[in-house]
Formats: sequence, structure tokens, C-alpha cells
Amino acid sequence: MAATAPLSLLVLLLLGPGVWGQTEPPRDSLREELVITPLPSGDVAATFQFRTRWDSELQREEGLSVLLKADRLFHTSYHSQAVHIRPVCRDARCASISWELRQTLSVVFDAFVTGQGKQDWSLFRMFSRTLTEPCPLASESRVYVDVTNYSQDNETLEVYPPPLTTYQDVVLGTRKTYAVYDLLDTAVINNSRSLNLQLKWKRPPGNEAPPTPFLYAQRYVSGYGLHNGELSTLLYNTHPYRAFPVLLLDTVPWYLRLYVHTLTITSKGKENKPSYIHYQPAQDRMQPHLLEMLIQLPASSVTKVSIQFERALLKWTEYTPDPNHGFYVSPSVLSALVPSEVAAQPVDWEESPLFNTLFPASDSSSYFVRLYTEPLLVSLPTPDFSMPYNVICLTCTVVAVCYGSFYNLLTRTFQIEEPSKGGLARRLANLIRRARGVPPL
Amino acid sequence: MGLLSDPVRRRALARLVLRLNAPLCVLSYVAGIAWFLALAFPPLTQRTYMSENAMGSTMVEEQFAGGERARSFARDFAAHRRKSGALPVAWLEWTMRSVGLEVYTQSFSRKLPFPDETHERYMVSGINVYGILRAPRAASTESLVLTVPCGPESPNSQAVGLMLALAAHFRGQIYWAKDIIFLVTEHDLLGSEAWLEAYHDVNVTGMQSSPLQGRAGAIQAAVALELSSDVVTSLDVAVEGLNGQLPNLDLLNLFQTFCQKGGLLCTLQGKLQPQDWTSADGPLQGVQTLLLMALQQASGHPHGAHGLFLRYRVEALTLRGVNSFRQYKYDLVAVGKALEGMFRKLNHLLERLHQSFFFYLLPALSRFVSIGLYMPAAGFLLLVLGLKALELWVQLHEAGVGPEEAGGTPGSSPPLPATQRVGLASLVAPLLISQAVGLALYVLPVLGQHVAAQHFPVAEAEAVVLTLLAVYAAGLALPHSTHWVLSTQAPDRSWMALKLVALIYLALQLACITLTNFSLGFLLAATMVPGAALTKPSGPRPLRAALLVLTSPAAALLGGLFLWQRLQEAPLSLAEGWRLFLAVLAQGVLAHHTYGALLFPLLALGLFPCWLLFWNVLFWKR
Repeated sequence: MAATAPLSLLVLLLLGPGVWGQTEPPRDSLREELVITPLPSGDVAATFQFRTRWDSELQREEGLSVLLKADRLFHTSYHSQAVHIRPVCRDARCASISWELRQTLSVVFDAFVTGQGKQDWSLFRMFSRTLTEPCPLASESRVYVDVTNYSQDNETLEVYPPPLTTYQDVVLGTRKTYAVYDLLDTAVINNSRSLNLQLKWKRPPGNEAPPTPFLYAQRYVSGYGLHNGELSTLLYNTHPYRAFPVLLLDTVPWYLRLYVHTLTITSKGKENKPSYIHYQPAQDRMQPHLLEMLIQLPASSVTKVSIQFERALLKWTEYTPDPNHGFYVSPSVLSALVPSEVAAQPVDWEESPLFNTLFPASDSSSYFVRLYTEPLLVSLPTPDFSMPYNVICLTCTVVAVCYGSFYNLLTRTFQIEEPSKGGLARRLANLIRRARGVPPL
Repeated sequence: MGLLSDPVRRRALARLVLRLNAPLCVLSYVAGIAWFLALAFPPLTQRTYMSENAMGSTMVEEQFAGGERARSFARDFAAHRRKSGALPVAWLEWTMRSVGLEVYTQSFSRKLPFPDETHERYMVSGINVYGILRAPRAASTESLVLTVPCGPESPNSQAVGLMLALAAHFRGQIYWAKDIIFLVTEHDLLGSEAWLEAYHDVNVTGMQSSPLQGRAGAIQAAVALELSSDVVTSLDVAVEGLNGQLPNLDLLNLFQTFCQKGGLLCTLQGKLQPQDWTSADGPLQGVQTLLLMALQQASGHPHGAHGLFLRYRVEALTLRGVNSFRQYKYDLVAVGKALEGMFRKLNHLLERLHQSFFFYLLPALSRFVSIGLYMPAAGFLLLVLGLKALELWVQLHEAGVGPEEAGGTPGSSPPLPATQRVGLASLVAPLLISQAVGLALYVLPVLGQHVAAQHFPVAEAEAVVLTLLAVYAAGLALPHSTHWVLSTQAPDRSWMALKLVALIYLALQLACITLTNFSLGFLLAATMVPGAALTKPSGPRPLRAALLVLTSPAAALLGGLFLWQRLQEAPLSLAEGWRLFLAVLAQGVLAHHTYGALLFPLLALGLFPCWLLFWNVLFWKR
């Protein structure tokens, strides 16, 4: 859950409306950015982004990159790196192109470990560095700090030094306020020769956490034993009054044999019939199950999607080297247009202009989200591949071989047949045979 | 093969079986008992060793130093608990959140089938609190559990304090690869059962509980902690779980490693480990521990909260801090360090614990007997039943063949008239009736408790136990009630046939039990086999009846209780023993309904009807 927020934040920052609409800066330039956001879990996410044209200087020693110190970055709960390269037009007629390089690094700091139990943070505490000077090559070098005030009444957090400017935007349906620090602005750094951003919570943020997202999901395996089981996915819609559809995509490995007739979808205690189902059954060792459903999530509800499965017995060469670890089942993928927080907030009809009722702001009423649930670990019936296993195999073979003959012996009745004298013809025949020297009949 | 297919040799073999039957049976029985007692002696016991590679060579350094913190947590918890009179859920939630865990609660309620007088509860409802420490850079696919069961009798506040202090310490570390769940359950085992069922989203026992909000993947191992004071003199470890299931031996080895490393005094079944295995003293002490373990395992009752985890294939054990009159005492830091070490090593696991034994007996903490070595003991006992069955089979067969051949066997019973045919139909009635009595024994006590409580001056719980005893005793009147449905022809052959069926039935049941719960199978075999083997409708009937009654399942249970108390060095008087017996009966029925323990249905539906068959044989009308 914690990981999805910075990632999607990153995606939106990259594709945000500001990037495309503006004209390109006149010269090949380096733009660098650091966005710091507190997460619902209390941790702090920091996203670096560097964008440059390919032909500009790449070696950077100053600016935001001084913060990138490996031992701190790997001491975190999560990090992800990305590199994007794409051609961009140099001018309007697109006569020549440049290559654009974008590097991003998202890190989630465990505020609890970094801050010794407090959720206040500073640049120094996170990176063990402060910002001293902007990168001389950069045409833009900014730090954004999310200072969105979630409680209604008064300020809950405080940033130091106080920002010169703030920036507001709707990110993932939530109106966010960022404090902006432009490193190229000489006033920001020159005061103390170094910029150590600090954020302090005035009240303990435990009960003032940012609101839960409108859509989130959980997935787990239920049941016990190595025969049957059930895959359950819980979809939460916490929106107070809006229902919205969700596209749920499941790929399940073939060795979990799904019983599709057991697929049940319930919300609020009632059966929820999906408006669209696509199911492609698995083929052993060829392709996994594919199950895709469009489910309407009622407002403020939990929808449980469950399907039973049976664990298959693999061939003994198909087990991984660590079969007792279990086998991973990939996460479900949820795609949804989630109603945005902005639209959900009650509009002050007295203050807003009258045309708002005629032309409601529909474009910001929902946003697209793709969520991945947890991967699952399912144990399959596993022979122990050791000496006792071999002994059992051998014993079973021996028993199987012996079984037939023992069964034969136990069920057959033995009777001693008295040698009968036979009829007249036989006696005659025996007489003749004896005369001939041939054994009698 | 040739030996059996040749009719002459076959007859010789049959004669051998008939002539040597009694000495062979006695020899086999004695060998079985002797083998079991010899299990504690060195050639049969081996030293334990760590099989799991991931936990063996990697030593960890324990840094836990939160003893003072643990004590203050424990004081606060105890104070809040006294104030609210129940589990201080809000305080626990707040504390767990303040040490940095993701906290969830689960409420549950359960109406017991009848009032539990031992624990004084009937309608139970409670709240479990658990906090999840999420491992950094992991996808929450695996987890470990540290659980503290809290009950009305065992406040366990020191364990809660130590757990919270450990959680605070663990939260600051970055090496975790598996999530750790810190679980506090109310109403000890009932809470654990409710949580486990909700975690695995199953309903085995009719528990009503709210669904869990947070999960952490597949649980790999669990440790239950029970501490009753700030200082402990020794740590007792309990392994026996529900229905006699045992955790993987490696988990116990892990505990023992850290006992040795921390210099802790560790006990098994409350018995210290004997040092000297070369002389007879060590093994003799081992025999006591072994017997205690066998009795505990045979009871099928979980010996701690860990016992319920085993059903879900979570390797688990319970650590109990014991504060007795010894000079050297350890504080919570020492216990905490042992737990920290165990969790760090469990954190290293790449696979589920599977390398070591799942079936074993423990004569001491560092000695074990593997399944291959203890099985012969039960095998010898079951051989008696087999030999007896063979004897009957041969006698029946010879009787069918004719007197002139059967007459050649000296020492066997006088030849039976050849005209008698074994009517299998005559076996149906006793079989059906005894099974019906078993079914009544299983169903009636709980079903009829209200009726009984209305018409007699007893409480429901007493009514259950008394109905149990009444049905049991009524079963003894069976032979007198079955006669009217039985055909009177061929009484000799039909009692033999009935005894043959009963012997095979008993042998099969005991063999199946022995495979899954050796202790139960062995103890039942040791008591029931002599009675079963000696039963016949001739000879001194009162003597045989007394023997058979003494070897009935209920008598075995009573005997087991006395033996258990004797080994615990707290011998019982007869009256105390009887009271305990009644309490145990009620507990056994309750354990079946609340946790799914199988001992009660096994005795009621399997072994008691089988025993009734022998009773029937004894009173066969000739």
C-alpha cells in the first residue's frame, strides 16, 4: 500500500498537464526536482527527478544530487529507480530532434526508524546531507514539500525555513499544497549557506493522518491444509455516496485449479453480479488462468471476491529448488476511475459562482488508478525429497508388488483333490498306457 | 509364498500359531512395553541437532536491552487491566501504535455448548489486539507471530510488557525480511482460536468473530509467551498441540540453542535435563519426562496457545517463565534476548521449517526419539491382537473343514461341531447396537443437557458429565439387551466370529491412531490389548469382567490421570482423582466443541463401541 502512492504520484508528475502544454525551454537544459510527501502510514516519500537533453552535460556533483548517498538510500523501506529516454522535437516543425533523458528515484523513508519514534523529519536526518548550492548547469532546481493541511481548523505542521512561494495542484483527486524552494533563487540558500528543510508536526499526527484513499484492496489465501483453498480479494470503496466500477484482473498459475462455479462476489451481504466476465481457463504447464471482471462497488462498502481452488500435485522435476517456501501467486490488478476527493468535498454553494451548477467541473471528478494487491504465497503438496521419501517410494513399490500375490493367496481356497479312480474308459486307457510304458492319465 | 500355498505346511504353520499363541502374545506384549520404556536409554535416544541450514550456521547477536521498558509496560498493562477488569484494548492499541506498529482489533464471541465450570465461563466475548510490524522492502508474503494469551486466571502482564518492549526494539531494526505479528488474545485459547480462524477465513468451531482488517501473508512460525513474574528461574517449553500434533523439531532445537547461549535454565514438562546419560540415573529421569510427554500428547489438549497454530501448519511452541525456589533468577532481558535470537533466526528462514522431524518423543530437551525407533513399541502391542485374530481365524476355519483335521491340533480348544456355519448376520445386531450406543454417548450429553437440568437437580455442566457416565454405564447392559435379537444357533462360532471382528476393528483403529498420535495409540493399546485378548465367554467370568472393565477407555483415562499426577509429584487421593476425572470429562467434551479436539469423538464413536463388542463377547450366552 505504501509503495503505490509515490509511484502513482510519480506517474502523474511525469504526465501532468504542465509538462506537455508549455513550450520547451529555449536551450538544452537540466531540470531537477525533489518532491517530499508524507504518506498515510506516517512514512515520508521523497521523489527525485532529473530531466535533461541527452547532449547536455551529465556529470553532476552539486545541486540535488548531493543528497543521493547510497547508505542512506538503501536504509529505507522502499526505493524504485527509473530511466526514460525519448526523442523530443527541437522546434515546432520538428526538423531536428533531441533525446530527452529522465531519471527518477523514489524512496520511502521509514519515519519511525529515521526519526527515532517521532514523525518530524529534516533533510539532514533523512539524507545526512543538506543542500548547499544549486547545480550550476541546471536551469531549474526546486524542492517541493507537501504541506497539505488535512484538518479543517488550524495548522498541524510547520516547515522551516518558511517557504517563499507555494504551489497548489490536484494530485490523484486530492488538492495538495506544496511549499516550493527554488534553489536558483539566491535568497533560499544564501541566508545560512545551507538549506536544511525541516518539517515539524504541531500535534502528534497519529490521529490526524491523511484520509484513507477511496479505493484500496487486500488479498489473501484462506483455508488450511494442502488440498483446497480459497483466494479472497477484498475491495474497499470508502467513498461516502458514489459507487464506481472496478476492473479486476487475476492471473492465477495453473497449479491452482480454480473452481469457477465457486466464484462469489458479495458486497454488503448481497450478491454482486459483475457486469462483465472474461475467463480463460488454464492449460497445464502452458498458460495460467485469466479472470477479468468488471465489478460495481457500492458506496462505502467492502466487496469480497472469492474463488476456491484445488492444489495440483506437480511432477517431481517441476518443483523449484525451494519447494517448501511455497509458490507465488501474482497480485490482482485493479483498474478504476476513482471519484476524486475534490469532487467529494461539499461545495460551498453560497460562495461559488452560479454557473457552477450549469457547468459542473466534470474533468476533475475522477481520476484513473491502477492498484496491485499483495502477491500471495501458497504452499503446494510437496514431497520431502529426502531419504525417508525414497524409503517410502521403495516401500510402496514393494508393497504393491507383494500385494497381488498375498491377495491371491488369501482369497483362494485350497482343496485337496482326492485322486479318483476314474471311469471304466479311463481305467482301460491307463491299462493300455501302462503297457506302453507311458505315465497314466 | 510357497509356505502359505502348500496346504500341508499351511496346516503346520496354523498349528504352530495355535500352540504357541499364548506365549507369543505375552512375549509380544511385554516386548512392546519394554521397548517403550527403553526409549529413554541412549541407543534409542539421540542427541538433537539442527537440520535447517538457514538457522544453523548463522549466529546472531542479541541487542535487546529493554528490560526496564518491559517492566514499565507490564506495570501499565496490569494497572489498566485492573481498572477496566478486561483486556485494556484502547491502551494496547495506543501503545502498539506508539511503538510503530500497524494495529488492528478483532472482536469475537462464542457460546459454549455448556457452562465451563473449570474456567467459569459460558457466553464468552472478547477482543483480540494485534499489531503488525511490516518488514521493509518485502511484500508481506510471510510473517512470524509472537502471541501472548491473556485469560482471567493468567493475566500474563509481564509477557505483554516483554512483547511490547520487543516490538519497540524490533521496530527499530532494518533486517526484517518477514512481517512480525504481535498478538494479544483474550480468553486465552478461545481468543487464539478466533484469531486463527479469522486469519485463515475459515469457521471450524462455530466461533463468531469480526473479519480481520490486516493480514501479513503466510505465517511461518509462532511463539506463544507466558510469564507470571518479572524474574524467572527457568523457562519451560511446551510442544504438544491440539490432537497431539507437534511442531517441527527444529523449532525446539532453535529454542534450545538460545537457552544454551544465554545460559538459561530450560525445562521440558517441568523437568530439568539430566546431565549424565551414561549411568542409569539420566535415562530413568528421561523415562519420567517421556511418560509425561506421552500423557500430555495423548490427551490431545493443546499444552499452550501454540497448540492451535499447528492445525494451520504453523510451527509453534509455548515458552513459560517459571518462578520457583531457585537461587539464580533471570530478568526479562535474558528472556527477551532468547526471543530476539529466535525471531532473528526464524527471519532467516528461506522455506517453511520442514527439514527436521515432525514425529518424535522427547525424553529430555536435548534428546529425542524418532518415529522409526518408537513405532516398534506400538507394533509389538498390536501384534498381540493380530495373533489372537489369527488364532480365532484358524479355529473357525478348522471347524469349517471338519473335525477329523481340527482334532489333530493338541492344546487347542476341543473341536467344534462341523455343522455350525458362521452366520455373518448374527454379527450385525451387536455391531449396530454398540455403534448406536457410541453415537448416543457422543450426541446425548450435549443435546440432553437442558432436559436433564430441568428434571434433575443438577447444573448443565454436571448434567453433561452425568449423562456421559450414564450412557457409558448403560452400554454395559448391552449384552443382556442384544440377546433377543440374536439367533441362538451356533453360539460358539458366532462369539468367535464376533471377537474376530472386534479384534480386527480394534487393531485397525489403534494402528490408525498410532500413526497420527503415537502416544494416544500406544497408551490405549497398552491398556486395551490385554482385556481384549483375554476375553472369552468361558472361565471365571467375574474375573474377566473386572479385567475388561479395568481396561475400558474410561478406566484408561482415570489411570492416565493418576499416573500424570504421580509423575508431577502431586499424587491424588481417590476422591480428588474422581473429581478431577469428572472435570476432565467435561473439558474433553468442551475441547471437542470449542477447538475441534478429536479425542472425545474418537473414544465415543470408535473405541467405546469396539470395547462394547468385547463386553458382548464376554457375556455371550452359550
